Amino acid sequence: MTAVLRYERVHISYRHRGRGIPAVRDASLSLAPGEALGLVGESGCGKTTLALSALGYLPANARLDGGRILIAGEDLATLNPEALRRLRGRRVAAVYQHPESALNPSLTVGEQIAECYRLHLGQGRAQARVSAVGMLDQVQIPDPAGLLNRYPYQLSGGMQQRVVIAMALVADPALLILDEPTTSLDTTVQAEILELFARLRRSFRSAMLFITHDLGVVRQLCDRIAVMYAGEIVESGPAAQVLAQPAHPYSAALADCIPDLTTDKRNARLATIPGSPPPPGAAQHGCHFASRCPVAEARCEAAPVPLTRLDAGRYSRCLFPQRTAAPGGNRRPPGPLPTVMDHCALTVKDLCVDYGGTRILRDVSLFVRGAETLALVGESGSGKTTLARAITGLAAPAAGSIHLARHRLPNRLARRDRNTLRALQLVFQSPDATLNPSHRIDALLARAVRVLAGTGRSAARTRTQELLRDVMLDPEVARRRPGQISGGQRQRIAIARAFAGRPEVVVLDEPTSALDVSVQAAITNLLLDLQAQSGSAYLFISHDLAVVRYLADRVAVLYLGEIVEEGPVTRVFGGPNHPYTRALVAALPTATGAGAGAGTATLHGSNPGPAARPPGCAFHTRCRLAMEHCRTLRPPVREPSAGHHIHCHLEIPSLPRADG
Amino acid sequence: MLRGQPATLLLGLTMIGVWLVTAALAPWLAPADPAAIALDAMEQRPSMEHLLGTDNYGRDMLSRVLHGGRHVLAIAPAATLLGLLLGSVVGIAAAYAGGWMDELIMRLLDAIMAFPVVVLALLALTALGPSTLNVILVIGLVFAPLIARTARAAALVEARREYVQAARLRGESVGYILLREILPNIRGPLAVEGTIRLGYAVFTSATLGFLGLGIQPPAPDWGVMVSENRSLLIHAPWTVLAPAAAIAFVVIAFSLVADGLRERDEA
Repeated sequence: MTAVLRYERVHISYRHRGRGIPAVRDASLSLAPGEALGLVGESGCGKTTLALSALGYLPANARLDGGRILIAGEDLATLNPEALRRLRGRRVAAVYQHPESALNPSLTVGEQIAECYRLHLGQGRAQARVSAVGMLDQVQIPDPAGLLNRYPYQLSGGMQQRVVIAMALVADPALLILDEPTTSLDTTVQAEILELFARLRRSFRSAMLFITHDLGVVRQLCDRIAVMYAGEIVESGPAAQVLAQPAHPYSAALADCIPDLTTDKRNARLATIPGSPPPPGAAQHGCHFASRCPVAEARCEAAPVPLTRLDAGRYSRCLFPQRTAAPGGNRRPPGPLPTVMDHCALTVKDLCVDYGGTRILRDVSLFVRGAETLALVGESGSGKTTLARAITGLAAPAAGSIHLARHRLPNRLARRDRNTLRALQLVFQSPDATLNPSHRIDALLARAVRVLAGTGRSAARTRTQELLRDVMLDPEVARRRPGQISGGQRQRIAIARAFAGRPEVVVLDEPTSALDVSVQAAITNLLLDLQAQSGSAYLFISHDLAVVRYLADRVAVLYLGEIVEEGPVTRVFGGPNHPYTRALVAALPTATGAGAGAGTATLHGSNPGPAARPPGCAFHTRCRLAMEHCRTLRPPVREPSAGHHIHCHLEIPSLPRADG
Repeated sequence: MLRGQPATLLLGLTMIGVWLVTAALAPWLAPADPAAIALDAMEQRPSMEHLLGTDNYGRDMLSRVLHGGRHVLAIAPAATLLGLLLGSVVGIAAAYAGGWMDELIMRLLDAIMAFPVVVLALLALTALGPSTLNVILVIGLVFAPLIARTARAAALVEARREYVQAARLRGESVGYILLREILPNIRGPLAVEGTIRLGYAVFTSATLGFLGLGIQPPAPDWGVMVSENRSLLIHAPWTVLAPAAAIAFVVIAFSLVADGLRERDEA
């Protein structure tokens, strides 16, 4: 049988300032009809370049330096532009990460899908509309006929992505390229879309090339997996085998960076990969991973390592594949953990925040004890970031109080005293914008020390060196500017800056979300070490439940600006739960695949948003267990065990659990 | 260092270099005294003796054009610098303040900008009286709102960034945030805007000279020269074309540099 897609020793490079910088080296891979292949790797490894080359869609400065790309046996290089155009959309279709930029904002959904039918299948207007309704039904959009006349901006992100998928499937393409199609979506929506892909695989014949950094997604959806590192495919094989018994040290380390359902900070330290990937274009003779590899020898760097066949369908670009650690083998015993204190470092009571006339947060109460980590989880739009901003004083609350230890804080930042500013700091999500690009690292850290700790210049210099050591950065980094260091290093500096004045409470707003998984693990470990050393309390905001489960002592779940459940981490993940928490936990894809299975606890419809908050229990419109009085009455607080609170009308025995 | 720079930038900088050198060396390069009247050599065509001909007082046009470059050299950069200082502070402050303060400041600037630059300058110079210093002040002031708009647009993006919020969370003063956090990050757009304004400053000062409100005759100012000689346009066109071409040369040079800087920023 002819492969749908076949890469034969493909080399691709980008021209930059007259120099060719290799992005993909010696990539060979093939996809059988109907097969799903997960292409996994961290940012900059060349996975998107490789995938886009199958569409003949590379940027102007990219060049195919060698090898062949064959679609159903046809060499892309031999096709003229017209033939290439016919190929796209009909035989190969793509779905990208951001559905909002894939759809034309000025055309209705119906016009866009119908256009695909007219263009690819030559259907007439009326027939194309009928076909469009059928396809929207296939991607499980409720009321497809009604959706035809809506514009993309009127749809949620998940609905938009379904529309994009519908458009890609119009011509029943032989190959579907999916470039991180669920990365920008909320976890519950992500689970629904993944389930949709699994279902579509049964009804369409398309092969799927699934580009992702998320090994959990691969396990759920893919038959085979190919791991890329520094432009090379370092390992490939059946997904279950590669994950259960990796044959390249990089794939093994990558899997161990991600917390799974059996690890938490009390029983293991996440694996990290020392060093950083070689910069693009770095001259390297042998294995590109050798300098970071735990089992490398001198031989590894001496000569190029070829991709060798181990077994039927299993390949590894490693000289010693048998030395690769088993899953979990890169993890270490846990480091010291601080003892959680009895006093509350931060107390928030009945906090309400409005924005543009809409109540974003409603009666939020929570507390964090000294040296404790409280994780705050919820979908986008649940008000997580607004809460972080209100606590730190960047947004003014409409009602409620915030106490730091026993001291009530003024709402407005300008009224807070120096000691409060020192004691309560915030770490932002984006490592790109968190540091001033014009300031040198040493200058911006020293400024934070002088302002927050109130020390003189020379003391600030000493403390800056100390902070750099604490966040495990080379002192040489101090002389650089933010643009000259990596995202992970920038986030370390941002954390160091927050710790400049030895704060009692640090609010961490998705500090690892924008980072690659190996860097995420390193930052998570760093946060644990800093807490053990300083005894600071953390309010850790995240949508990533795997990280939350690993890092938190207690968890609070936010839905539409209200806390629906709060309690110790083991209780929140073990149940009984609020129906919303249950859906979040069930949506968690895991690399080991243990437990989680979406589908049993999915949600109805989409998040109505804070402007249209339903009366009664705000969650009732999406709850599968909603009763009549949920629509009108605010739910009571249930306490199934000490310190575990659930805001729900259901009696404790009826609340959903992990097994139910 | 020059390799890889946009061609427009290099060409523009070369042209400005030519202007600066000739203006600086005018007393030595000029073949004659720019103010020397020679009634026996009036309105002569360009020749080997007078490369650009003479005007209706018999003054050597080449010498006058070369010397005229010196006045512009003093006025344009000083006026632009003043405009940049005022405009960027106002623009960044408006962007950072946001809300009704931003509205108020920007609508006030809009009101000022509703008048053509020359009309405003005319009004101010009629009241203050023409002098080099007043020309600089007036051009600087009328440019400030234009520069403020650019500064505000660039600062709006920066003011929302997390490093600015981090500075607020440290309790930094407004002055520190505006000048040390935001200003360094909008240098690029301000440099482009400043260069464009330099070109316009040359043009505006020539216009004011033409209207009799800038440098006073008989000083060799390009605008003044165009004005004085405009009645000769038909039978002695070189007397107008030479200073006009000089103005165009410098204005184009600055536009090229501005384009080049923008290209480099985008690359």
